[in-house]
Amino acid sequence: MILPDRLSNFTTRVSPAVQNSIPGPDDITRTQLDNGIIVMSRENLYSHSVVISGYLPAGGIFDPDDRLGLADYTAAALLRGSEKRGFYEIYDALESAGASLGIGGGVNTISFSGRALAEDLPLLLELLSEALRGPTFPSEHVEQLRMQLLTGLAIRAQDTGDMAGLTFDQIVYAGHPYSRPEDGYPETVGAISRTDLQAFHRRHYGPRGMLVAVVGAIDPGRAAELVAQSLGGWQNPDQPEVPPLPPVRRLEEVVTRHVTIAGKSQSDLVIGAAGPSRRNPDFLAAALGNSVLGQFGMMGRIGETVREVAGLAYYVRSSLSGGIGPGPWYISAGVDPENVEKVIDLVRGEIARFVNEPISEEELNDSQEQFVGSLPLSLESNAGVAAALVNLERFNLGMDFFSRYPDLVRDIRPADVLQISRRYLDPERLGIAIAGP
Amino acid sequence: MLAPIVKKVLPNGLLVLLKEIHTAPLISQWIWYRVGSRDEKPGTTGISHWVEHMQFKGTPQFPGNVLDKQILRAGGLWNAFTYMDWTAYFETMPVEKIDLVMRLEADRMQNSLFEPKEVESERMVIISERQGAENEPLFRLNEALHKAAFEVHPYRQDVIGEMDDLKKITRQDLYRHYRTYYVPDNSVLALAGDFDAKIMLERLSDLYAHIPAGGGLARQDLREPSQTHERRMTIEGQGETTYIMTCWHVPTATHPDFWPLTVLDSLLTGPSSPSIIGGGISNKTSILYQALVERDLVVNVSGGLQSTIDPFLYVITMIVHPERRVNDVISALDDEIHRLLDSPPSESDVARAVKQARALFAFGSESITNQAAWLGYAEMFASYEWYTSYLDNLAGVTPNQVQRVAQTYFCPEKRVLGTYLPTGSSVGSV
Repeated sequence: MILPDRLSNFTTRVSPAVQNSIPGPDDITRTQLDNGIIVMSRENLYSHSVVISGYLPAGGIFDPDDRLGLADYTAAALLRGSEKRGFYEIYDALESAGASLGIGGGVNTISFSGRALAEDLPLLLELLSEALRGPTFPSEHVEQLRMQLLTGLAIRAQDTGDMAGLTFDQIVYAGHPYSRPEDGYPETVGAISRTDLQAFHRRHYGPRGMLVAVVGAIDPGRAAELVAQSLGGWQNPDQPEVPPLPPVRRLEEVVTRHVTIAGKSQSDLVIGAAGPSRRNPDFLAAALGNSVLGQFGMMGRIGETVREVAGLAYYVRSSLSGGIGPGPWYISAGVDPENVEKVIDLVRGEIARFVNEPISEEELNDSQEQFVGSLPLSLESNAGVAAALVNLERFNLGMDFFSRYPDLVRDIRPADVLQISRRYLDPERLGIAIAGP
Repeated sequence: MLAPIVKKVLPNGLLVLLKEIHTAPLISQWIWYRVGSRDEKPGTTGISHWVEHMQFKGTPQFPGNVLDKQILRAGGLWNAFTYMDWTAYFETMPVEKIDLVMRLEADRMQNSLFEPKEVESERMVIISERQGAENEPLFRLNEALHKAAFEVHPYRQDVIGEMDDLKKITRQDLYRHYRTYYVPDNSVLALAGDFDAKIMLERLSDLYAHIPAGGGLARQDLREPSQTHERRMTIEGQGETTYIMTCWHVPTATHPDFWPLTVLDSLLTGPSSPSIIGGGISNKTSILYQALVERDLVVNVSGGLQSTIDPFLYVITMIVHPERRVNDVISALDDEIHRLLDSPPSESDVARAVKQARALFAFGSESITNQAAWLGYAEMFASYEWYTSYLDNLAGVTPNQVQRVAQTYFCPEKRVLGTYLPTGSSVGSV
């Protein structure tokens, strides 16, 4: 169908009032409190609510092998009772206000996030402070939580996607902290005592290395004041430095492992290797390459080959994790158990093509335009901006990162992508994990 | 937040809703078709969802891969959803690029190709999607629960469709379904964002004016006989975890009892966001969390009420504590339900539920994509006024109304109880 000419002249322009939607040095406020906590804030005049987001360095990297899951368990237990409030009082305060607050474990850090109407920001920060500084780990809740965690692990053992991911980490990160699941195993979670939780909290929780981002209907100066009121007096002189991550030993060959889970209709598979960290200068070129490989459009080249042409999977995509350390660069797919070998061959073929010949200018340009063009959408919500502020600080990207970003992205050439991808992906040195019947 | 909107029906029956929001350089477009699994018959279940997939495979003017590329290069976001009552497509784009997707939606309302090769490739993809869902115990239990709850109404069928039907549906079936339901007078087009509504309406009128109306659709007879006795079912599967889903038949979103039921849901299992996008909050002070999780009978409980055209279900889902029995959980659940039947909740509990709803409503209305979603979503089962009067309707709910709807709908003979029993476990049995 051809549209009449007059219609194709239809254009829309951005209203002057909304031009400045990308955060930058002019509207991000960064404050460091006396005890080391960094507060990042940006006001959103159009919002009625606020979002908080942040982290502190008390993750699973500190877990002893026989207490794996300790950091995760500790983080999950913080909101079960504090010196000022019991479990019910904490959640009554939150839920009565329609607010939410969550704290969860990760490998390098524990993260928190919350959301409330603007007038309830002081309450949100007060509850966060009480949970981080004075948790009481009530015995009955420690046990209740243990059952919830163990049930989660029993469900994980039946989840083909989770088990393929866990097995992949064990192959690719053998001997590295990233080989260990941060939620532990039934026997290690079963071995953690209330005393372990208290000791872990006493030692590892403190203001050093902590970040709080506050975004929404709040003046940035006021946001920093409120964080200072609730968390500015916190000290822990014994808080240890985070140990440096050891290097990842690259696989010498393709290593394949199959986890059998009976009674399933579909197998999940994960194929890949360790990738660059977010701070690594390789990251952006790898991210653009990853987009071409298995993201752009209907999951990139791999989606085209496996889903669109062969019709062998509902989902098949590549992912590049980045993060503090060398997170994985992997392809994941859900496939009919009969087609597993076929899909592995197709994926390995695409990886081989990806590291043997440069991607085309056109393919790269598509992803470059998407990376740049999608910024306004990703930064529309309070949560999106909060996540962006956290990343600016966590990965030392600089306050002017978003204004430099279009040039950083567009400066990358196909030869850069090829050279950098070869450092990480080799079709003859991959970890392959399959979970299914 | 509740800025005025432009609402106009074009001569071919297409309902257009527009809302100017000048907060970000974005425009979100949603098109809603009044077709979903509710419109399907045995033998071709899953066809509405499959048609949705085919809508991404292109038209002569917008070949599938070209289109995808153009939207993504512009920094846009697009996706689609198929539900029991409707199918929706959305694109959120930078302002300068919105015309691309406006032309696309008008074009694929009638010109999608449904090429036989694409149909066959997508058959494998959808079968794979269903197999992935079958891996989840809760999908299997939910599917069985709906089949037990409805004898004849198509709500008994999951949106994904039966595996046998997915193997048999033909290109001709799909194309007929598409041409029957994808017509202007069966659709709602909604845009929100940084535009001038007058100019936008002119442009949309130009784009859609030439598409003929479908001329009225013959819908199925959807009367479901009343349930007269409690129904129970059990399925078995691998693993160590026992799941329970229980439900009662409840009225539609336009029934006056929907509002006290929304408060009742909030009290029982915690508030849920009324929007299709945007999560809820924790439910740790809710009646059932306190009665079941805090007493170590289950490790998780959640509940949900859905806004539907025909009467649907209020469903409670529980993951049983590994050391507890199903009957202990049901008995404790029954005690709590009886308490609600015997005495109304306090004024303060109802007021608290209303405050929670206000907060969730604010969160769920903030982004341009969400605001555009609301415009058309509410039209699928009611009208946009349903959305604008949502908080007022909840604020008017009294404790006695909550008790009355509990007595009316939560009676034992109207309940369906489903259990997933793990075969790999010696505990958790009935």
